[in-house]
Amino acid sequence: MAERLIELRDVKKSYGSVFALGGVDLHVDRGEVVGLLGDNGAGKSTLIKILAGVVKPTHGDILVRGQKVHNWNGARSRDAGIETVFQDRALAVQQTIVRNIFMGREIADRFGFLHTRKEHEEAERLMREIGFTSKVFTPDSIVGQLSGGERQGVAIARAIYNKADLIVLDEPTTALSLTETEKVFRFVRAVRASGRSILFIGHNIHHVYDIADRFVVLDRGRVALKTTKAEVGSAEKLIDFMEHVAHPKGVTSFDPTAAAETRP
Amino acid sequence: MSATTETGTERRHPNSSPLRRFVVNNRAAIGTLGVFIVMMGIFIVANPQVFLSWPLYSSVLVTLPVALFLVVPLVFVVTVGEIDLSFPATMGFAAWVFALLVQAGINPFLAILAAIGTGLVLGAFVGAIVVYAGLSSLIATLGMNYMLRGLIMIITEGKSIALLGLRDSTAYQVFSSSIGSVPVQIFWALAFVVFSIFLYNRHRFGARVHAVGDNPDSAAQMGIDVQRIRIATFMYMGLGAALAGCFSVMINFTWWPTTGDGYLLPALASVFVGGTPAWGGIGTIAGGALGALIISFIQSGIISAGLTGFYVQFFNGLIIVLALLGHRWNQARYR
Repeated sequence: MAERLIELRDVKKSYGSVFALGGVDLHVDRGEVVGLLGDNGAGKSTLIKILAGVVKPTHGDILVRGQKVHNWNGARSRDAGIETVFQDRALAVQQTIVRNIFMGREIADRFGFLHTRKEHEEAERLMREIGFTSKVFTPDSIVGQLSGGERQGVAIARAIYNKADLIVLDEPTTALSLTETEKVFRFVRAVRASGRSILFIGHNIHHVYDIADRFVVLDRGRVALKTTKAEVGSAEKLIDFMEHVAHPKGVTSFDPTAAAETRP
Repeated sequence: MSATTETGTERRHPNSSPLRRFVVNNRAAIGTLGVFIVMMGIFIVANPQVFLSWPLYSSVLVTLPVALFLVVPLVFVVTVGEIDLSFPATMGFAAWVFALLVQAGINPFLAILAAIGTGLVLGAFVGAIVVYAGLSSLIATLGMNYMLRGLIMIITEGKSIALLGLRDSTAYQVFSSSIGSVPVQIFWALAFVVFSIFLYNRHRFGARVHAVGDNPDSAAQMGIDVQRIRIATFMYMGLGAALAGCFSVMINFTWWPTTGDGYLLPALASVFVGGTPAWGGIGTIAGGALGALIISFIQSGIISAGLTGFYVQFFNGLIIVLALLGHRWNQARYR
């Protein structure tokens, strides 16, 4: 079995008397793409904010490579190799690709002056690594000139430079056209091929189905389904199941308790 | 927003030649240089006798350095997404410390260091108030400007300090004498401009100032201490204001309680005329320096061109508005 990168056990989050998450188990192994699905208000963003250390859970454990981590916060999350690419606000759009990739972790001499050539070469290497190359832009291009999919590429290249083992993509394809979505998928596949993991959050089931190996469906703060691509077989069946979750009167073709994996 | 996509393979690399890249990266500063050249061309045509002889330039070179010490750090503050209107009072206050120490017989070099320390402390104080209390820097620094200036007025009761002895000091020789008919202070100011260009474009600090001004959320997520960077730009402003103050006193051999007051609007105008936009995240130091040059020449230029002093304000404003329009057209805006 692949190395267990990160695991959440029975994580709960409540705001006063309102439960945002009511006991969620989730894990990501090395080299896999996990699709996190769910409707608005299902708890997806609370979950990724907990992973990023921005929000503190009210209950539950977080394990990194099998070791329980106490006092989980943003710095611990980064140390654990988790990098979250938040939708819309990830990049400084007036700066170059280079400046975005090295933001906060500039390559500089001991007086703080930048090694611009080294940064340039490193940026090109990172961009090549995820298949993010083009004839029309260079590492010196302004991010504001890039398309939506290309911007995700910059954020992913940055995550790899920051030695992320798990890249959390928050709705990376929501506002994108088909060709742009395909670009993002290309980056995601390259990242998986390099042995890193991705948690891909979305509400377009077709997008998530195409790219993920495994699916976790959240509904009203709970895990409604855990399954793999092999188990569901097609996006339609996954949609079918999610409709049953939304309208529980119908009989589900997947028993959530049976599909949910047991803890190691 | 102009989105570039991978359409044709025959499309040329946008930044292929170094010259082209230089032009694209410095288009704001180059635009400002264009404004300056056109303006000087008009002045020369209007009055070749004055504008083709040295004395006019010599007089601009005396006062321009003081403006440069203010405009250049102000570009950092604007780039980080803030504004500082308290620098005139900081300049007056730091110069006051300098003048008092020199008057007390302290070595002017040490007095300059003390003034720089004063500028840094005042900058840190102003920055901390703005950043930690989350105040609007526009209003808070305006208040600080009045408060500090008021403090100076209360204590000195409006009396100036004459320092004629400065003329015999080594510090004067080093910082504000003349080589031939070129005032020495311009070289110090240019050194400050060049250092600031490197700090702004080629240093970790400058990179972070850009990042924070562009997208503070993203910068914070990448582990940048956003508040510290913001305060640091106010401290750099304090440093520049202190240097401007010392030079001003060394040029005039006098400290006035109003020292610095007249620079508020010209320095601000220079930053924006220079091509630094008001919304933060980008800017140009060289452009700001050229903006200071433009503002310095307008006044003398209009008088020498044969118009009365009544025209100065009108043309000042005209140049500012035209320059802003030019930059708006010249630069793509991504936010």
